[in-house]
Amino acid sequence: MDFGFSALDLARAQFAFTISAHIIFPAFSIGLASFLMVLNGLWLWRGDPVYLRLFNYWKTIFAVVFGMGVVSGIVMSYQFGTNWAVFSDKAGPVIGPLMGYEVLSAFFLEAGFLGIMLFGRERVGPRLHMAATTIVAAGTLFSAFWILSVNSWMQTPAGYAINEVGQFIPDDWLAIIFNPSFPYRLVHMVLAAYLTTAFVVGAVGAWHLMRSPESASARVMFSMAMWMALIVTPLQIVAGDAHGLNTLEHQPAKIAAMEGHFESYPEGRVPLILFGIPDDKNETVHYALEIPLLGSLILTHDLDTPMQGLDAFPPEDRPKSALIFWTFRIMVAAGFAMLGIGLWSAVARWKGRLYQAKWLHRAAFVMGPSGFLAVLCGWITTEVGRQPFTVYGLLRTADSASTLSAQSVGTSLVAFILVYFFVFGSGTFYVLRLMSKRPKDQISLEKIGPTRSAGITQLAGMPPKGDAK
Amino acid sequence: MIFDLASIWAALIAFAVLAYVCLDGFDLGIGILSPFLKDRGEKHLAMNTIAPVWDGNETWLVLGGGGLFAVFPLAYAIVMPALYPLIIVMLLGLIFRGVAFEFVHRTKRMQGFWEWGFALGSILAAIAQGLALGGLVQGITVQGRSFGGGTWDWLTPFSVLTAVALVAGYALLGATWLNMKTEGALQARAQAIAKPLALGFVALIGAVSLATVFVRPEYMARWFGYPTIVFSLTVPLLVLAVAWVLWRGLRDGHDGRPFVATLGLFALSYIGLGISFYPHIVPPSLTIAEAAAPESSLAFLLVGALVLIPMILAYTAYSYWVFRGKVRPEDGYH
Repeated sequence: MDFGFSALDLARAQFAFTISAHIIFPAFSIGLASFLMVLNGLWLWRGDPVYLRLFNYWKTIFAVVFGMGVVSGIVMSYQFGTNWAVFSDKAGPVIGPLMGYEVLSAFFLEAGFLGIMLFGRERVGPRLHMAATTIVAAGTLFSAFWILSVNSWMQTPAGYAINEVGQFIPDDWLAIIFNPSFPYRLVHMVLAAYLTTAFVVGAVGAWHLMRSPESASARVMFSMAMWMALIVTPLQIVAGDAHGLNTLEHQPAKIAAMEGHFESYPEGRVPLILFGIPDDKNETVHYALEIPLLGSLILTHDLDTPMQGLDAFPPEDRPKSALIFWTFRIMVAAGFAMLGIGLWSAVARWKGRLYQAKWLHRAAFVMGPSGFLAVLCGWITTEVGRQPFTVYGLLRTADSASTLSAQSVGTSLVAFILVYFFVFGSGTFYVLRLMSKRPKDQISLEKIGPTRSAGITQLAGMPPKGDAK
Repeated sequence: MIFDLASIWAALIAFAVLAYVCLDGFDLGIGILSPFLKDRGEKHLAMNTIAPVWDGNETWLVLGGGGLFAVFPLAYAIVMPALYPLIIVMLLGLIFRGVAFEFVHRTKRMQGFWEWGFALGSILAAIAQGLALGGLVQGITVQGRSFGGGTWDWLTPFSVLTAVALVAGYALLGATWLNMKTEGALQARAQAIAKPLALGFVALIGAVSLATVFVRPEYMARWFGYPTIVFSLTVPLLVLAVAWVLWRGLRDGHDGRPFVATLGLFALSYIGLGISFYPHIVPPSLTIAEAAAPESSLAFLLVGALVLIPMILAYTAYSYWVFRGKVRPEDGYH
């Protein structure tokens, strides 16, 4: 099965597909692990059973999502070798140890304490259980630290030398880890994970508020999520802007492609092409809707700084504009819609109508998947924008792949697509079904069989009652 | 020579792979055995015995693969394309196995489907690993700095034999684990399954060992040259001794001893493989030293490994201790 494509194109499609499917789970579980830590902390601190109920509710969802993240992540750790053997041989000495640190300091930590967090409250007591919950949350962040360092090094390589067989070899580990784009990418992605989770939690809270406005747990979920939307979205917009400036400094071709600037602006005064249809072949944007000067203000924060367009780069070094022009705009639009929800909720809260504002609930419900959309579009933008290189400016994608037959890569691609859609589709369905039940429904032991750890009721010192306040 | 960084790393990677084989071995073994358990209750109980630990066990596979990428990137870049179909099948099998732990409890209608997904995913992963082992032992064609052979090079009678042996070994690990972690009817069933598996596995170890020395002449020379001949004669004797402990343990109804003895069989077989391999990492042509990343890469990760691996072992042991003892149906980890 090669469908008339080259092995290289099929390998690229396979990587794009498997990493896109994978990133959805960590984007959610990074935020969810921290959310669970906060819920468990509030339960231990305040003793209000609504927090314990919410902890157990989201814990089940976390277990399903985390499991899917683990199995789709293992695929990634082998994919470098199977499809990108030349890249592995050449970049392995630099990025391999960083991924080794991810395994040693994050994966084992998460896996070692996940069992205690999910099933061990009764066995180890509340203190150690809280510690395990905190460690799992920390593990997800350590993981983000290392893998984003790896990705950032591929975008803005630093601290390396090249040996006689063409391998990148480490010269300065601190320069490698804290390469120029890493701090920006790390902050941007961790905030994105938190916002993704916040909008899922907000949508679930809104859904239950629409159906049972008095539900205490729905109110707590919705309120917490809306605080996150209000506080974190502006921070994310600032972080995204800083990340953009950093990209302009180190990968100007990517910015030019994102913005649809095929021609340079030596005098500055760059317009913002709000919408249009980029045409890479003819090096133009059709039906461009431009706002004068705004491009300069956004990208350089002044009017006169010269700006390179794609014409400043040799044709073989240019990323394509057609896709990332749009993915970038979708991400930004999602971000501003999130900001809108945050502000709207602040007004409703100020008026004392946060739990009665029907249209806010509807909007928050619709915005539930917005974080995933933004994360996917953001990653497509930065990864496609790195092309045609795997290690930016140094190693071409075309020179990175394994010498496999298109047949092999095509067949495995089809297998991944079938299995992923079926398995992760089912998992997503189960998660949505869990979310559609109110937290009180969750605890009724009879309904879902011999499940949910028995610790819930004993520690709470009360039988599972209704959800009413 | 023994204490250069590349050799230390070869030992650490070997340890990670052995840890994976032992730990995920009993998880996969339970998957392999699950079609032979009586009913849904037994299947779910068997899954519950590993629910809190399987994820940590599987992480050793990520360390094996990720570690290879980090410290022996050339070996990683040659082995993965050489075993391409096997790696893909293993990963897909592990997907079905891994999600099944949660999915079987999230649906009524599809419960049976995910139970089969757990079983077949485990079996596929085990077969793929066994074939991969055979494919590696019999040697991989290298051309320059990449794999130079064909897509199906790994498929030989020898690799089929190693796959059968590994599946049997995993099943035995699973059965002795269940014997240790359960009681009553399920424990009795596990014991009954373990006995023929024990005989079969020991016979298969012998068969694979014999086949190994014939599959490549170098192995014959290495095994029967001095001083390795000392090991070549000791290891089989130790295998027989441990097999005897295993058999006695099963016969006398010990809880833990058969499981530990099975781990011993795996460790001894692994030492035998090590004797065949050394000093190669990808037989017959790529040595540990040739495949190693530069010293600075090896040293940088070694610092972390020496601090973190003992901690990992400590908290993994703690996690096993928290969930120690027999697992009963009412414990319901799910």
